Amino acid sequence: MQHELFPWLILFLPLLAAAAITLFTLRSRALSAFLSIGAIVTGFILSVIFINANGWHFSAEISRTWLSIGSLQIDWGLKLDALSMMMLLVVTGVGGAIHVYSVGYMHEDSGFARFFACLSLFTFSMLGIVLANNFIELFICWELVGVSSYLLIGFWFERPSAGDAAKKAFIVNRLGDFGFLLGILTVWGLLGTLNFSDLHGQLTANPAALGLSATVAGLLVFCGAVGKSAQFPLHVWLPDAMEGPTPVSALIHAATMVAAGVYMLCRIFFLLNPEALHVIAYIGGFTSLLAALIAVQQDDIKRIIAYSTLSQLGYMVMAVGLSGPTAAMFHLTTHAFFKALLFLSAGSVIIALHHEQNIWKMGKLRYKMPITFWTFLVGALALSGVWPFAGFYSKDSILAQALAQHDYILFADGALVAGLTTFYIFRLFFVVFLGKEKSDGASHAHESPAVMTLPLVVLAVFSLIGGFIGIEGVYSGMFVGESGISTGFAAAIFEPFIHSPLAASLGLCLVAIGFFAALSLYAKADKDPLPEKLGGLATAMKNKFYFDEFYEAVFVRAHDFIAAVMNWIDRWLVEGFCIGLIRGGTDLTGRALRLVQTGNLQTYAFFFVLGVAVVLWLVLK
Amino acid sequence: MDLVDILFYVFAALTLGCGVLVIANPLSRNPVTSAMFLVLTIISMAGLFVLLHAFFLAAVQILVYAGAVIVLFLFVIMLLDLKAEARRKIKIYGLIAGLIAVGAILALFFKNLISTSPNGGSPPTIEGTTEALGKLLFTGYVLPFEVVSVLLLVAMIGVILLSRKKLE
Amino acid sequence: MHVGLEQYLTVSFLLFALGLLGVIMRRNLLVIYMSLELMLNAANLALVAFSRFNNKLDGQVLVFFIITVAAAEVSVGLALIVALYRRRQSAHVEDLTGLKL
Repeated sequence: MQHELFPWLILFLPLLAAAAITLFTLRSRALSAFLSIGAIVTGFILSVIFINANGWHFSAEISRTWLSIGSLQIDWGLKLDALSMMMLLVVTGVGGAIHVYSVGYMHEDSGFARFFACLSLFTFSMLGIVLANNFIELFICWELVGVSSYLLIGFWFERPSAGDAAKKAFIVNRLGDFGFLLGILTVWGLLGTLNFSDLHGQLTANPAALGLSATVAGLLVFCGAVGKSAQFPLHVWLPDAMEGPTPVSALIHAATMVAAGVYMLCRIFFLLNPEALHVIAYIGGFTSLLAALIAVQQDDIKRIIAYSTLSQLGYMVMAVGLSGPTAAMFHLTTHAFFKALLFLSAGSVIIALHHEQNIWKMGKLRYKMPITFWTFLVGALALSGVWPFAGFYSKDSILAQALAQHDYILFADGALVAGLTTFYIFRLFFVVFLGKEKSDGASHAHESPAVMTLPLVVLAVFSLIGGFIGIEGVYSGMFVGESGISTGFAAAIFEPFIHSPLAASLGLCLVAIGFFAALSLYAKADKDPLPEKLGGLATAMKNKFYFDEFYEAVFVRAHDFIAAVMNWIDRWLVEGFCIGLIRGGTDLTGRALRLVQTGNLQTYAFFFVLGVAVVLWLVLK
Repeated sequence: MDLVDILFYVFAALTLGCGVLVIANPLSRNPVTSAMFLVLTIISMAGLFVLLHAFFLAAVQILVYAGAVIVLFLFVIMLLDLKAEARRKIKIYGLIAGLIAVGAILALFFKNLISTSPNGGSPPTIEGTTEALGKLLFTGYVLPFEVVSVLLLVAMIGVILLSRKKLE
Repeated sequence: MHVGLEQYLTVSFLLFALGLLGVIMRRNLLVIYMSLELMLNAANLALVAFSRFNNKLDGQVLVFFIITVAAAEVSVGLALIVALYRRRQSAHVEDLTGLKL
C-alpha cells in the first residue's frame, strides 16, 4: 500500500479544522471558511491520489489499539477497500462542492464561522463511519454524526421550530441507535469480536456461528439504519430536519449522513441472513412508496425534496434487502450527486426569493435564473431515472435485482414509485420554473452568484454521467454472491437494456406516464388541482398520512403519562415518604439532642458527674 | 472513747457544718460569708490533720489556704462588687440535679466502704513531722518538687497576662 | 467507738459530696470555686488518712503537691473570672452560655 499516511490525514484534517475554527478563528469569516474548505478539498485530493496509487481493487486495514478491557480490544482502525474509498470520494467530493456553495448561501449569516465548524465536525464524523474497521468506532462516529446533525438542524436555534426539529431528529435517532447498540452487543456476545474483517472471517468459516440469534442480531443492527436512514417507522424526523440551512439539508439530509445507514448495511452485509434481509427489503419498499405518495401533495420546496430523499433511501434499503448491496451503493452514489444538486438548486431559488419556500409563490423562474433552471432540470431528470442520466442506471439495477430475486411485489412497488417520483418532481419543476409568476418575490428574483452556481454545474455534470463511468463496477465483486460486471465505456451506456430489458423499459414507461401526468396537471396551474380530484386521499397525503399526529397521540401521550406517574412516585413516594422519613427522623433526633446542649456550665457538670459515676461503678463493681 | 476520739468528732462536725454553710447559708447569700465559712472549714480540717499526726501539713493548710487562697478570694469578691448577684435564688432544678449526682456518687463510695471495712490492722506509728516529710520530698520526690515550682512560675505569668487591662 | 480509717473516710466523702452539691447547685462562679476547694480538701483528708493508717508518708507528700497545685489553680481561675467579669459584667453561670452557639 502506498501513501499509508493519507487516510489518516483525510480523516483527521476536518477535525483539526473544526477545532481550529472553534478555538481560534470564530471572529474571522474568511479564515474559517478557508480552513473548513481547505480540509475537505485536501481530503478529496488526497483520496484521488491514494486511489490512483493503489487502484480500486485493493483492500487493507490500518489500525492502532485504542483501548483494551479484559478480552475486549477496541482498535481505532481504517478499513480501506472499494466500498470505503468510493465513499471517501463521495463524501469529500459532494461535501466539498457543498462547502463551497455554503460560502455563498450563508454569506449574510452571523453564525458563518460556527456553521463551518459544524460542517467540518460533520465531515470528520462521516469519514469516521466510512473508514471504521470495527463496530465501536463505527458507533462512536455514528453518534458524532448525530450530534453534528443536531447542531446543524438547530443552527438557527433562535427559531423555536428549528430547535424542536433538532430535538426530534436527535431523539428519533436515539430510538434506532438503541437497537443498534443492542445489536452490536449481541454480535460481540456471540462472536467475541467487533472487527468487521474478523466477523466476516468467522461467518464465512461457520455460517451458523450466530445460531438462532442471527435474525435478531441482523434486525437490531438494521434498527440503527432505520433511524439514521429515516426508514418507516422512524422516518418522521427527516422532513422536519429541513429547518436547517439548505446546504445542510443537501449535505447531511440528502447526500451523505442519511446514506450512512445504507452504507453500514452494506458494510455488514455478511451478517444479515435471508429472514432479516426479507424484512429489510419490505421496510425499504414500503418507505419508498409511502414517502413518494406524501411528496406528491407537499407545498414546501425543501419538503418535497426531503420526501423524495426518503423515497430514494427506501429504494436503497430495499436493494440491500434484495441481496443487492452493489445496486444499493450504486444508487447511493448517484443519489448523492443528483440529490445534492436538487437541494442546492432549490437553495439557490430560496435565496433568490429571500427565503420563500412555498412553491405556489414562485413561478416563471426559467429566464431569471437560467443556470439554476438547467441544473435543476438535470437533477430532476436524474432523479426520475431518464436515460442516460445517472439515476436511470442505478434505479434500473435495483429493479433488475428485484426481478432477479423473483420478488414481483417489490418490483411493482419500485416501478410505481419510479412513476410517482417523476410526477412529483416535475410537479415541483413546472410550478417553480414555468407557468406564471405567483408572487412579487418571484418577479424580482435574479440568478445566484458564481460561488453558488459553480458547484451546481459540477454536480450537474456528475448527475449526467454518473451512471456509466464505472461506479457500479467498483462496487461489484465486493460482496458475497455477486459477480463482477465489467464492460467497456460505450457498452456501459446501453448495458441496462441488455442486462434486464424488462426492468429498463417498464421503468422508462412509468417515468413517461408520470412526466405527462405532471405536464397536463401542472404546466399552467395556479393552485393545486389534485385535492379536488382525489379528495380525502390528497388531504391524507398532504398531512403526511398523519404519522406525526399518530405518534403524538400514542407515543408522546403515553410517554407523558409515564413521566407523570414517575413524577408522582418520585415526588410523593421517594422524596415525600422515603426521603421525608429519613430527613424528618434526623431532624427530630437533632432537635431532641439539641435540648441537651444548653450552654449551661452546671448542666454539663451534672452529666459529667453521672458519667464519672458510671465509670466508677464499672471499675469498682 | 478517749480525748482524741472526742476531738475527732468535734472537728468533723465543725468541718461538715461549716462546709454546709459555705454552699448553702440560709441567712446570707453573700459570697463573703461563704468565704469566711470556708476559712473555718479549712481550720477544722487542719485540726483533723493534727489528729492524724500530719503536723507539717496542718501548718501548710492554714498558711496556704487560710492565709493565701482565702485572701485571694476576698480580694476578688471585693473587686467584682457582687451585690446584685447575692439576691439570686437557688433554682429547684439545680438542687434536684445536684442531689441526684451527689446521691449516685455517695452511694458508690459508701457501698465500697462498707464492703471493704478497712478498720483494724496494725496501729499506726507514722509521724508526719517536718523533718520526715522534708527528707522524703528532697530525695524520692525531688523531680516533682522542681516541676511544681515551674508550675507556680507559669501560673504567676499567666495571671499577670490575664489581669492586664486589655486582653488581646 | 474507736476512730479509725472508716470514720475519716466518711468525713471525707461527705465533704466531697458537699462540694459537688455546691458546684452543681450554686450559680455564683466564686461560690462554685469555693465548692471546688472543698472537694480538693476532701481528697486531701482522705489521702492523709490513708497515709496515717498505711504507715506511709508518700500520701502526705502528695497532699503537699495538691495544696501547691490548688494554689496555682486558684490564682489562675480567679484571674480568669476577673477577666470574664470585665467583658460580661457578670460572674453568674447563667449569663455565660458561650458553649451554646
